[in-house]
Amino acid sequence: MSLLSTENLKIKISNTRVCDELNIECKESEVWGILGRNGKGKTTLLHTLAGLHPIECGGINLQNKNLSGLNRKQIAQQLGILLQQHENSFPCSVLETVITGRHPHISNWQWENKNDYAIAEDALKSVQLSHLANRPINQLSGGERQRVAIATLIAQNPEILLLDEPNSHLDLKYQIQILDYLCHHTKQHQKTILMTLHDLNLAARYCDKLILLLGDGKTLIGNTKELLSEENLFKLYDYPVKRIKSDNQIIFSAY
Amino acid sequence: MQKPSTILFLLVLLSLGSFLFALSVGSLPLSFADILQTLTGDGSQISKTVVFELRLPRAYVAFITGALLSLAGMLMQVLLRNPLADPYILGVSGGASVGAMLAISAGFASTLVSMSAFLGALFSIALVFALAHGRGSWNPSRLLLTGVVIASGWGALINFILSLSPNQSLKGMLFWMMGDLSFAHSEQLTNPVLPLILITGLLLSLIMARSLNVLSRGEMQASALGVSLRPLRLSLFLLASALTAIAVTQAGSIGFVGLIVPHMMRLLISSDHRWLAPACVLAGGSLLLLSDTLARTIIAPEQLPVGVITAFIGVPLFLYLLSRGYQQQVTP
Repeated sequence: MSLLSTENLKIKISNTRVCDELNIECKESEVWGILGRNGKGKTTLLHTLAGLHPIECGGINLQNKNLSGLNRKQIAQQLGILLQQHENSFPCSVLETVITGRHPHISNWQWENKNDYAIAEDALKSVQLSHLANRPINQLSGGERQRVAIATLIAQNPEILLLDEPNSHLDLKYQIQILDYLCHHTKQHQKTILMTLHDLNLAARYCDKLILLLGDGKTLIGNTKELLSEENLFKLYDYPVKRIKSDNQIIFSAY
Repeated sequence: MQKPSTILFLLVLLSLGSFLFALSVGSLPLSFADILQTLTGDGSQISKTVVFELRLPRAYVAFITGALLSLAGMLMQVLLRNPLADPYILGVSGGASVGAMLAISAGFASTLVSMSAFLGALFSIALVFALAHGRGSWNPSRLLLTGVVIASGWGALINFILSLSPNQSLKGMLFWMMGDLSFAHSEQLTNPVLPLILITGLLLSLIMARSLNVLSRGEMQASALGVSLRPLRLSLFLLASALTAIAVTQAGSIGFVGLIVPHMMRLLISSDHRWLAPACVLAGGSLLLLSDTLARTIIAPEQLPVGVITAFIGVPLFLYLLSRGYQQQVTP
């Protein structure tokens, strides 16, 4: 079943054309990657899919319903996004932050119940931050804050997860462990992930399908294995990339 | 840290205590027994006059004004996501001051001064709203800058009026600007408008409270978690401005309460707005009530502007809580 699809989606940021006619269909248990150079609209594409950026033309469907016909709460019940920037204007604990992920699932007058707290605590456990639950968030390191944001998204528990550079600020161990967890979780619960990445090796390791944003509105869409050729990558990054085969694994390295 | 419900209960006790203190001290000291007798209908004629005509109306207006101001301050701080925001930051009090001063210089009595102040506040709210929402995208920094510029415009106008005013109205004007609760009169006790406004404001804040928790993580994140930004921002702006306008109309622009009480309560109770809103109401009311009681008794029969006392009490208290808060964070 298609969880998220686009029809001839066109996105523009002032003078940059992100995509002219994007047609994708993210089915359940699929992990999608979005690759592109800086400033070519990876983040804008994710924001547009989340309904946070206006569409030039075309349409987006969430589980076969048009996105423009849904209100923010209905969207947030099925679609969650990990943003690149995290804002914390006032003092607040880690658990208090993660529990905000339950917001779309609770009606206006209700308080979070035991179940919501259990979900939030599980989410913290899955990013290995249970021991910091009561710590003020402004004492955390960049990587820990990124994991808190990921835990908030896990607590939100949407079918569609949009991740904007999920591995930023994370050390090597957590890059692998957290992407392992998210991708495994997605396949197990028939969800879908769309994420922007800069690391080709992580893209090759986790993504089933890729969207390459070439700039000037052109895109390449397809299976990861077929799309990650040296020729395509040169087109994508405007810089030569070497594809090395070692121990049945393909490794990408910049010249 | 204590449980939020315990702290809220202590704040209720503090509020009651502040009322008792305010009713008992003054040129005619009353014991708690006297006050109880008077409130239940017994007691001497003189104590009845002192309590019902003088102290209770004033205490009542002081408490509600303080509560309105700190609630408005809390809402402004989330709306602008700026810890320096206070109820007056968007120029509501400036507009009210200009209105009040025009009325004072025209020689009007206190009711007309209040009405003129209220009109000035409404005008300023409408002006900021029209300019900040007029065209193009809305964002907190645009609203903040618009408000701050309008506020300083009012500031210049106030100085202009002050410099032209004759000496006999100057003191009235200055007291009004620093905040003055001596206008309170006994008819206000039977008028349900003020408490109704406060209760409505608190209820509306409580309805929005969980959305406000999410909004403190930024507009984009709030939107991603299912908050409809437009209606929330609009209600926040209008509610905070309206509460401020009412407070300023009652007692002039009393500084400090609206800035510092929300921060004190964040440090003391929680950043969760469902606890924060009622805590702000109780603590803001108590702080202003205690300050006003001191303001009228310290150098009696002369009175000090209450804004001076709120600062005298608030500054050290806030600094203490701040350092305690940071110590707690360093040693978890």
